Amino acid sequence: MRIDRARLPALGADPSLRFPEIRRRTLDNGLRVWTVEHHAVPLVSFLALLPIGASADPHERPGLAAMTSDMLDEGCGDLDALELHDTLGRIGGHLDSEIGSDATILTLSSLTRYADRASALLADMIMRPRLEAVDFHRVRELRLNRLIQLRDLAPALADRAFSRLLYGDHPYGHMPLGTEASLQSVTLDEVSRFHRTMFTPSRMTVVAAGDATHDALAATVESAFGNWRPLTEARQIDPTNWPLPPVPEQRLAILHRPAAAQSELRIGHIGVARRTPDYHVLLVLNVVLGGQFVSRINMNLREDKGYTYGARTSFDFRRAAGPFVLNASVQSEVTVEAIVEALEEIQAIRGPRPVTAAELHAGRAGLTRGYPRNFETAEQISRGAAQLALYDLPDDYFSTFVPKVLAVDEDAVTRAAEQYIDPSRLLTVIVGDRDKVAAALPRLNLGTASELVPV
Amino acid sequence: MNIPYSRHTLDNGLDILVHEDHACPIVAVNVWYHVGSKNEVAGRTGFAHLFEHLMFEGSQHYDKGYFEPLQEAGALLNGSTNADRTNYWEVVPTNALELALWMESDRMGYLLPALTDAKFENQREVVLNERRQNYENRPYGFASMAMMEALYPPSHPYSWMTIGAAADIRAARLDDVRAFFQTYYRPGNASLALAGDIETDAAIDLATQYFGELEGAETPPAVEASAPAPSTTERRLLLEDRVELPRVYIAWHSPSLFGQDDAELDLVAEVLASGKTSRLYRSLVYEQRMATELAASQNSRELGGYFQIVATAAPGRTLAELERAIANAIEALVEEGPTPREMERCQAQAEANFIYRLQTVGGFGGKSDQLNAYNVFVGDPGFFERDLDRYRRVTATSMQRVGRAWLTPERRVLLSVVPRGRPELALAGSMPVAVS
Repeated sequence: MRIDRARLPALGADPSLRFPEIRRRTLDNGLRVWTVEHHAVPLVSFLALLPIGASADPHERPGLAAMTSDMLDEGCGDLDALELHDTLGRIGGHLDSEIGSDATILTLSSLTRYADRASALLADMIMRPRLEAVDFHRVRELRLNRLIQLRDLAPALADRAFSRLLYGDHPYGHMPLGTEASLQSVTLDEVSRFHRTMFTPSRMTVVAAGDATHDALAATVESAFGNWRPLTEARQIDPTNWPLPPVPEQRLAILHRPAAAQSELRIGHIGVARRTPDYHVLLVLNVVLGGQFVSRINMNLREDKGYTYGARTSFDFRRAAGPFVLNASVQSEVTVEAIVEALEEIQAIRGPRPVTAAELHAGRAGLTRGYPRNFETAEQISRGAAQLALYDLPDDYFSTFVPKVLAVDEDAVTRAAEQYIDPSRLLTVIVGDRDKVAAALPRLNLGTASELVPV
Repeated sequence: MNIPYSRHTLDNGLDILVHEDHACPIVAVNVWYHVGSKNEVAGRTGFAHLFEHLMFEGSQHYDKGYFEPLQEAGALLNGSTNADRTNYWEVVPTNALELALWMESDRMGYLLPALTDAKFENQREVVLNERRQNYENRPYGFASMAMMEALYPPSHPYSWMTIGAAADIRAARLDDVRAFFQTYYRPGNASLALAGDIETDAAIDLATQYFGELEGAETPPAVEASAPAPSTTERRLLLEDRVELPRVYIAWHSPSLFGQDDAELDLVAEVLASGKTSRLYRSLVYEQRMATELAASQNSRELGGYFQIVATAAPGRTLAELERAIANAIEALVEEGPTPREMERCQAQAEANFIYRLQTVGGFGGKSDQLNAYNVFVGDPGFFERDLDRYRRVTATSMQRVGRAWLTPERRVLLSVVPRGRPELALAGSMPVAVS
C-alpha cells in the first residue's frame, strides 16, 4: 500500500494511562511511607525527601545544608565511608543525593533482592551519619575546591549573580554550595547541630517504588526507619512566610569575562510559588513562550537568528516564589541583539502578540499527550510522588493534571502573562566580554549596567 | 536477561527491530545511521554533526521543521552524532507512532528537496554556537581536542572531534550536504528500532509501509584507517586554559568496541576510579587529598579505543604528584591484581548496570537505542546477553594481563591543562600545543 505523504497521519484517540497507585501510611514516629508497585525490572528505588534545603541555611552560613547532606554518605552506623561505598557497590546500588532551595533528596536504587539492605543503608545515612572530623575536613576542602573551579564556569557565575541580585539576603539569594567565606568558617559542630535539628522523622517522606508489593515495600521501610526517635522537636520552616525582597533598582548587570566566546544571559524576575492556583496556566504559557524547542524564544533566537545553541524560559516553582528566568548562551558579537529579541518576545506575549489558538492547542497537547512518559521507571514515579509530598499537593494531582491543562484557554494564558510577567521588573545579567558588548548596551534602555565583581 | 526482539529486513536493506514492552502507553522510535565523524575527511571536519542538525529542518512533504508536529503529539525527541554513528529518536504516546514513522521516513527519503541555503547558513551558526558553548567557553573544553590530535595522526579520522574545527564548519558547502546524504543516509545504512506498547506484527507492517518505498540498499564503503603504530616513548603536552586548578589527562590507545580486552579495561577503570572505594579515589582524594576530581574510562570505538584517566590537582598540589600516584596505582593493580572483594564489587556493579539499562524503552541508552547499537556494531541485536557475558568472564588474572599489555608507561600521552600564564605547573618536559 502506498502511503499518503500529502498530509500527516491523524493521531487517533489518546491512550489511557493507568496512574500508579500510591499507598500512604505514617509510622509512629511521624515518618510518612509512600509505596508504589512497579514490576517492569527487578529493581527497587527508595527516595527520602526532607523538605529542608539551602533556603534553611542560617543567614551567616550559606552552604551548611548542602555540606550536611554531603556528609551523610561519609560513613554511617557501623560503616566508615569506604565500607559504606563498598557495600553499595556490592549490592549494585545507585546512590544519588541532591539539594535544592527547598529540599534535600536522597535516592538509593538497588536490585530487588537487596531491598532490605538498601533501605537499611539509606536509613543509616539519614539517621546515624558518623559526621567525623577527618571526613568533615576533606569534604569541606572538596567543596571549597569546587567553588574555586566555578569561577571559570560562565553558567554558574550567571546563576549566582542572578539569584543574588534578585533575592539579596532572602534565603533564595544564595547557591546551595554557599560561599568561600562561609565554607572556610563552617564547623563540624554546626553540621551536627543542623543534622540533629533538621533531620527528623516527622519532616520526612520515604517513597519506596519498585518490583515488590506495597506491603513488602512498606515493611522494608518501617523496619529501617521505624525506630528513629527525634532528638528535638521539629521547628516549622515555612518559606512562604519569608518576606520577598524589593525589586532591585538596577535592570542590567554585567560580569566581565575577557575574551569570552559567548555571553551567558539570565533575564527574569521573581515569579510565583508552586502552590499557585495558576500553576497549569503558567505551564501552558511557558511552553508557548520558551519552555521547549518550538517555543517562540528558541524559534526566534536559534532557528531564525542563529544567535545561540538554544534558549529556554522557565518558572522555577518552589515552596515560595522562585524566579521566572530566560537562560541562553549567545555569541558575544550579537549579545545586545539577542537581549533585544528576548525582551521583545517576553513583552509581546502579554498583549501585542498574545498566544494564538494554534499555539494554545499545540502547547496544551504537548503537555498532556507527553504526560505518560513521566511514569515509565520506578525512580520517575518516586520523583513525581516526592513533588506531591514537598508541595503538599492533593492525592489526585496526577489524575487531574490532563483535564486541568486542557481547561486552560487563551484568556487565561494572556491574563497569566500580564499578571506574572512584568517587563518593567526584568533584570538582565550578562556574563561575557564587556569590550565586545558595552558599546551597544545603551540600546537596551535599561540604564547604566552595573559592573559585577567576580566572587 | 535480554531485550527480546523481532527483526525484519526490508528489500531496501533497512533493518526493522521491534521490542514489546506494555508497561507504559508509549513507544520509542529510534533510527541509527552508520555514519559519524570518522566518515569525514580532513578539512571538512564537523560535517556529520552539522548534517544531523539539518535533519531537523524539514523534508519534502513536511517542510516546516521537524519538532513542531511531534512536540504537539507529546513526543520527546533528539538526535546525536559521535565518531561512529548518528542516531535520532522520538518517544511518543502510542497513538503517535504512525506520525513518528511518517516523519522519520520522510527525512530518510526526501530530505534534499527541502534543503535551502537559508537553513544551511542558520544551522551553521547554531553549530558554531554549540561549539562555543560546549567547548570554547567551558573550562578544560579544549583538552579532548588536544588529546585526540595527540593520539592519532592527522590522516586518522579519530584525530578530530565530532564537533569539528570552526574553520571547517565555516567552509562547509551545501553541495557537500547533498553528497553526504546520498552516500550515507540510505536505508541500507540504517537501522530502525521500535520499542514499547506495540504489537510486533502490526509495528513491522506499519514501518514497512513507510520505509519500504525508499531506495538505497547499498552500504557505503567502510572507513579504512590503519591503527596508529604503538608509540615507543611517552609524550607530554601542555595546554593553557582559563582554569583555576591544573589537571592532567593520561591516555593510552586501547581495544576497539566489543573487541578483545575491552571489557577488562572497562573494569580496570571501574576498580581504579569508580566510587569512593576505588583505588585512585581512595588514595588520591580520600587519603592523600592531592586530587579534587578523578575519573577513568575505557572509551571504545569501532576503529580503536583509548583508555583515559583524568585528575585535577587540589590547590597547592602538583601534577607530578598526581602522575606518580596514578602510575603507582596502575603498577600495583597490574602486579598484584584486583582483590576478590574488588572483583565481586566491580562485577556486581557491571551486572546491575545492565539491569538499570532495561528501565526505559527510548532516548539515549534506552532499549531501542541498545538494540540499534548491537545491530549496527555487531550485526546482532540480541547481543545483550553476550555483552553481559564479556563482563562475567573477566577474572583478576585477565585484568592484570590486559593492564600489563595496554597501560604501559611508554605508550602514554600526558596532557597538562594549566591556568593561563602558568606553564610551569605542567608536568616537566611538556610541549605546548595549540588548539582552538
